[in-house]
Amino acid sequence: MKRKEFLQMAGVGLGALAIPKLPFGARLIDPAEALQGGMDVIVKKQLADIALNAARSGGASYADVRIGRYLNQFVVTRENRVQAIANTESFGVGIRVIAGGAWGFAATNDVTPDGVAKTAQRAVAVAKANAKIITEPVQLAAQQGYGEVSWKTPNVKNVFEIPLKEKIDLLLNVNGVAMSGGANFINSAILAVNEQKYFASTDGSYIDQDIHRIYPNFNVTKIDQASGKFQTRRSLSSPVGMGYEYLTCPPESKVAGIVTRYKDRYDILEDVKNATADVTQKITAKSVDPGKYDLVLDPSHLWLTIHESVAHPTELDRVLGYEANFAGTSFLSLDKLQSGNFHFGSKLMNIHADKMQSGSLGAVGYDDEGVRCGEWELVKDGVLVNFQAIRDQAHILGLKHSQGCCYSQSWADVQFQRMPNVSLRPGKDPLSVDDIIKNVQKGIYIIGDGSFSIDQQRYNFQFGGQTFYEIKDGKIVGMLKDVAYQATNQEFWNSLVAVADERDYRLGGAFNDGKGQPAQSNAVSHGSATSRFNGVNVINTARKIG
Amino acid sequence: MSIYTKEEAQKLLQKVLSYSKADECVVTLSGSESGNIRYARNAVSTAGEIGRLNLGVSSSFGKKTGNATIDEFDDASLQKVVQRSEELAQLAPENPEHMPLLDPQTFGESIGYVPATAAITPDTRAEAVGKSIQVSKDAGLQAAGYLENTTAFEAMMNSKGLFAYDKDTDVIFTITTRNEAGTGSGYAARGFNDVTKLDTFSATKIATAKANGSIGARAIEPGKYTVILEPVAVAYMLENMFFGLDARNADEGRSFMSKPGGGNRLGEQLMDPKVNIYSDPFNTELPSGTWNREGQPLGKQSWIENGVVKSLSYSRYWAQKKGVSPVPGPGNVIMTGGNESIEDMIKSTEKGVLVSRLWYIRMVDPQTLLLTGLTRDGTFYIENGEIKFPVKNFRFNESPVIMLNNVDALGKPERTISVESYRSYLVPPMKVRDFTFSSLSDAV
Repeated sequence: MKRKEFLQMAGVGLGALAIPKLPFGARLIDPAEALQGGMDVIVKKQLADIALNAARSGGASYADVRIGRYLNQFVVTRENRVQAIANTESFGVGIRVIAGGAWGFAATNDVTPDGVAKTAQRAVAVAKANAKIITEPVQLAAQQGYGEVSWKTPNVKNVFEIPLKEKIDLLLNVNGVAMSGGANFINSAILAVNEQKYFASTDGSYIDQDIHRIYPNFNVTKIDQASGKFQTRRSLSSPVGMGYEYLTCPPESKVAGIVTRYKDRYDILEDVKNATADVTQKITAKSVDPGKYDLVLDPSHLWLTIHESVAHPTELDRVLGYEANFAGTSFLSLDKLQSGNFHFGSKLMNIHADKMQSGSLGAVGYDDEGVRCGEWELVKDGVLVNFQAIRDQAHILGLKHSQGCCYSQSWADVQFQRMPNVSLRPGKDPLSVDDIIKNVQKGIYIIGDGSFSIDQQRYNFQFGGQTFYEIKDGKIVGMLKDVAYQATNQEFWNSLVAVADERDYRLGGAFNDGKGQPAQSNAVSHGSATSRFNGVNVINTARKIG
Repeated sequence: MSIYTKEEAQKLLQKVLSYSKADECVVTLSGSESGNIRYARNAVSTAGEIGRLNLGVSSSFGKKTGNATIDEFDDASLQKVVQRSEELAQLAPENPEHMPLLDPQTFGESIGYVPATAAITPDTRAEAVGKSIQVSKDAGLQAAGYLENTTAFEAMMNSKGLFAYDKDTDVIFTITTRNEAGTGSGYAARGFNDVTKLDTFSATKIATAKANGSIGARAIEPGKYTVILEPVAVAYMLENMFFGLDARNADEGRSFMSKPGGGNRLGEQLMDPKVNIYSDPFNTELPSGTWNREGQPLGKQSWIENGVVKSLSYSRYWAQKKGVSPVPGPGNVIMTGGNESIEDMIKSTEKGVLVSRLWYIRMVDPQTLLLTGLTRDGTFYIENGEIKFPVKNFRFNESPVIMLNNVDALGKPERTISVESYRSYLVPPMKVRDFTFSSLSDAV
């Protein structure tokens, strides 16, 4: 995950920047323009056909066209003022071809008959230049054409249709709660995304999709003037594949406990009150004694551990070495998969991949190379059973078809294998969070995600969190600070001894899963229920400078 | 056409400003043309080309500002974008931090544009990559790499008559080579404004030597070690600190530059006296833009001098609030060094670790700038002035501020690139004592 870029975009970093970074090729627009329909689907089809024909007549054996309109809205505030309001639109076309057995790609924001034809020719020229130095031609898994089809994020209350004033008032209210509760600073933001994507390929698919996402968030800071130390507590919200309805939270969407956590809806005003109390308590919390602890990890934390330690190493392009120069490779291998007995984790570890789960960031009808999305198992009863693959990789796994997890962040970037939602299935037997905690003798209960780092093959990782509670003899006895845990991946997952049942199942996620060169962001969710991992190494992160 | 000359840009911006009815108006024009090629397993995987051109208008009435952008350039579109920014300004909330526009300023001509780099074609890129793949094959290794070139310009004009223009070119190349068994890995990164300085053949030679030299790594105990960090490792480690040299965060009490009890650490001896860090847009090795988005000229600016915090950046708003002169943030970062080579540093080391590269660096604690991350692509044990054997990678937990207090020696600065941020820096290799490795990693 690309933390720096994300913080810059979200405007919630320490000393947040006032102006959000514009996505590549994006332009600022009037909020009302975001509600206009954009190019008619009939015109898109005509332009797509021009591009496909230009590619074919230039010598391409395959071509696909993505006409994309990407809308973002940022509302960014701090304390009693609005720092930035921006609506952006990015509209253009990306054309990918195979010529001479090699891939070529070109993109333009000149979405006219002449513009798309020239861009298709440019993509063919790039492919032909590359064809001179390839060793093996691209092998593309067969894919049926679907004809003209469409898909839309279901039941969305479109964020772009909500008056700006309503969002500003909500955030300034949130800030007011924190400041009157004794916080020194608060940054808050609502980020909204709408991807309007049109895909066409020489296989005969014409796919029109309308995808919505939202991420409301805040970060509360409290400074202890005497020591000069400060603490922060971020929101326990998650970016989701939903609209503004995410911010209307009925009681059944709340999870009671040491602090309220949220399922498929979010109560931002309640959470900021809790965060302000948490950050005050963090100032005087006990600094952790390093050593081995049993960890009880809340889904608001565990999603990131799953993301880094399971979702990334099961990406086939990493396994094969395609990401060796940037994101890294994987400790998993084709041999480990084919052995059928590689014990990634304990029997409680059941991990599945999907691109369909309702409310998730990964949910779409079709991926960015025209494959209908589905679901598959990655780890079953602790044993590795599959990877993530797209059309030009399927043959490597002996698959006849792609698993449908190809994605591009915009029209201007080439699509490639990106992780779907990757989630830990809840425990089959009834088990509550209280049941888990009451059996722990010496442990730490971690809520929220924090600092994260993992090596390029995904063996060794270190994670922090938002709040940490000490568990002694089955009871929570107080708050801790300066906590981070380090573990070796396979050892960690084999120490999984309890997973709460589906009543506690929740999604976490990120807008900014990073991979590729040029680097691209992917939005993805990870579900889990509270889980217990035994005997994990905890370090103390306090230091002194100056 | 995505690249405008200074005269073309000036003419267009004047025309756009003539449509403005706002109290204040700023118009920006930026364009870029870039191409890339990516390869892995000794073969090209993806490649592409992209061009873009964008005009932005920012109109203000009092303290209310509206922004709009457009990528169409006929007169009607230009009038429309100005009008839209004015409408948005009328609707916007007042910004208490709004600052009036700057009067015309004098800017130096940027030196970052090289015609040879602007002339790169898909064939040039494929040829450069072909050389790299051949070196890898000859060494019996698998190469994965990336080459990208960009030509870009940026221009701004405001209603007080300020006009600024910058154009530059950039090429970056990164290469990782690994053996088939996955037991050795090596890396090299290059970044230049001038493509004629880029030698993919010799960079790949370095990566293959590291890869073959790192095979058979042994585990040694984590703990505190004297380390020799190559420039690419130094860049990764220090860039989080470079990004944090801001007075406002420090004054607000939420930065490593905050002083306990209030205020900031300006004037404090925070690091070893050997440490000198500055920025200079006219450095021939690492040129940068000569102005920033507020229209302030960028010149040579010292940040850390002999280990003392010499300057922090002050936005115009914060400077006014604090009654000081504004200090624009750095356009580039340069750390001075000495003349020692890495070989000299190894010779003078009784026991230590040579670190080729660091990876996945993240902030653990912003108040001490404690970072965690790992070594990667060639880590070697040094004893009695010699490299003895490759060692397994480590996770570290260390603050660059603490590290820069423990500097034993600095080598000759080199331009290097951080792929965590895609920024280039001019930094020396360095020898540092008591660097904290906290655990081992099996990753290669």
